[in-house]
Amino acid sequence: MSILIDKNSRVVVQGITGSEGQFHSEQMMEYGTNIVAGVTPGKGGLKTLDNTIPVFNLVSEAVEQKKANTSIIFVPPPFAADAIIESALAGIGVIVCITEGVPVRDMIQAKEIVKKNNSTLIGPNCPGVITIDECKLGIMPGFICEKGNIGVISKSGTLTYEAIDQLVNVGLGQTTAIGIGGDPVIGTTMKDCLALFEKDTDTEGVVVIGEIGGQMEIEAAQWAQQNMSKPIVGFIAGQTAPPGRRMGHAGAIVSGGDDTAEAKMRILEECGITVAKSVADIGELMKNIMNTK
Amino acid sequence: MKIHEYQGKVLFQKYGINTPKGIPAFSIKESTEAFKTLDTSPVVVKAQIHAGGRGKGGGVKLARTFQEVEKLANDILGMKLITPQTGTHGKEVQRLYIESGADIDQEFYAAITLDRNKEKDVFMVSTEGGVEIEKVAEETPEKIIKIWVDPLLGIKRFQASQLAYGLGLKNDAFKEAVSIFLKMYNCYLSTDASLLEVNPLVKTKDDHIVALDAKFNFDSNALFRQNEILKMRDLSEEDPYEVEASNFNLNYIKLDGNVGCMVNGAGLAMATMDIIKLAGGEPANFLDVGGTANAETVKNGFRIILADDNVKAVLINIFGGIVRCDRVANGVVQAVKELGLKVPVVVRLEGTNAKEAQVILKESGVSIIPAIGMKDAAERVVAAAINNGDK
Repeated sequence: MSILIDKNSRVVVQGITGSEGQFHSEQMMEYGTNIVAGVTPGKGGLKTLDNTIPVFNLVSEAVEQKKANTSIIFVPPPFAADAIIESALAGIGVIVCITEGVPVRDMIQAKEIVKKNNSTLIGPNCPGVITIDECKLGIMPGFICEKGNIGVISKSGTLTYEAIDQLVNVGLGQTTAIGIGGDPVIGTTMKDCLALFEKDTDTEGVVVIGEIGGQMEIEAAQWAQQNMSKPIVGFIAGQTAPPGRRMGHAGAIVSGGDDTAEAKMRILEECGITVAKSVADIGELMKNIMNTK
Repeated sequence: MKIHEYQGKVLFQKYGINTPKGIPAFSIKESTEAFKTLDTSPVVVKAQIHAGGRGKGGGVKLARTFQEVEKLANDILGMKLITPQTGTHGKEVQRLYIESGADIDQEFYAAITLDRNKEKDVFMVSTEGGVEIEKVAEETPEKIIKIWVDPLLGIKRFQASQLAYGLGLKNDAFKEAVSIFLKMYNCYLSTDASLLEVNPLVKTKDDHIVALDAKFNFDSNALFRQNEILKMRDLSEEDPYEVEASNFNLNYIKLDGNVGCMVNGAGLAMATMDIIKLAGGEPANFLDVGGTANAETVKNGFRIILADDNVKAVLINIFGGIVRCDRVANGVVQAVKELGLKVPVVVRLEGTNAKEAQVILKESGVSIIPAIGMKDAAERVVAAAINNGDK
């Protein structure tokens, strides 16, 4: 078992003929992802990636003709929200949007449409989702992962890799790792991901990596305190970030209330989450918890 | 991105939101000329900087005569204005706004921003205008009236009415407030603003609703479709190194510490700053070189970090996913050879082609301190900074 995606996911790549789309589609197929179609408006009828993958003008055509049920988006920021809405209206169940720099105005509309159509959106501005040894839907380096029993949820790309690397170094593999994205408005929240991992029978523990800005970590921790039976190790990046400055991610900004790293770490701890004060301790802390279970 | 009040008022006028007449001025002469052109008294002489609380810092003053305007312009232009939002260094005032005074009956607060939790825009008004809204929110939250805007429907007239009723307005002032709230939302929406704040929004004695202030923040992600807004950017309000870094697609924020760092990915960059602090150092900057760290980006990053004399050592922390560590290593070697090593450099490379990268660094002959893992890297760079600082 795993969450969101597995070897049966039938993937359509939106923006498949662009350079990012081409490169990462190759990498995903190499990992074993079942890419069944691509979409680039105006290039329908072509075949790409060594003549193996049909290209359509519309996502709905990929759904009808190739039974695509999952999509990944490599579309430039001005058109990314449109691509999300197209997928949701075409009935795609899981949509992953990698694009960084989507206007927040576009995102709050796209998210409403995704909700109304009962789709699940991951991202934008994220590295994607990987179910180890089954399906990679994103841009993360698959080779650093090992199959196991830990779920990973993170707002940051390279920090996800760092956590996975530490887990592997202490002998812990992963079920699924999800980069949820660093924008102020994202499709799937930490709480949503925790709920999915709680239900997944293979996942025995979860690493949650948050950062300054917003209330998502707090919402997730409070939910976990009431509903989560599995242990969680948490880390919050940005302990040294100055207030009012946007730290790379559009959503990573201290703007008042409990959105500092300090406040989030305190509340996570109050909710029973094991908090890593140093990023270097994530793997060790999870190992200690797993050993004493 | 932020703009000045006088630029915000140009936008207000464009969207039909009442403002007093005003003229921006860049010199004493322009200030007095503005006074003559406005042909009214009193006027308000307002310092234009990208920070709130200007009145408290002495940057907003009333003037009744030519001589008073001249004196105030002389005093305020060039002064380091310190407000609760500028930090202790303050900000140099380079622009003024000379504005007609208003006959104020009541002062209100009005603002639109994104509510991240509800994932909708929230429109807030309060009868407690002209004071710090944070204080109102803490002490008398019931005095803030909020409505949330459905992203698919936009603002509805009844919602604007709800806000105007909340302020206790009646008759013509009520009608005008409803119209202005609708226009404010239209302006916020059309300019891709992330914050539009008017404090104070006033009712004048002749029953008009007028915006005496205009504070905007814009969504940087949307600037590609906001040429008019982009033209309003005032680079002199920003840190010159941060501006230079952005020209190279580097995300750099200057801080006050002694340990520079160069990292790929925003989350890892923040975590690197944090672990430097835990190891006993102070981060000198945030620098995310993004997903395409190559020789050129590394070189530019180095140059910008080392322009800060406080930096006593530099940590390069790269987790290669799509970025290949061997390429980064080549970039580091090339940059060090070209720029020279002014301070010790600790390098931690993990992920794709990390082993090849170690070999490149070792065989290059440049004296880089290799590190394994983030803890080791942080401890080494802090030790190197302390050692170098003592020299």
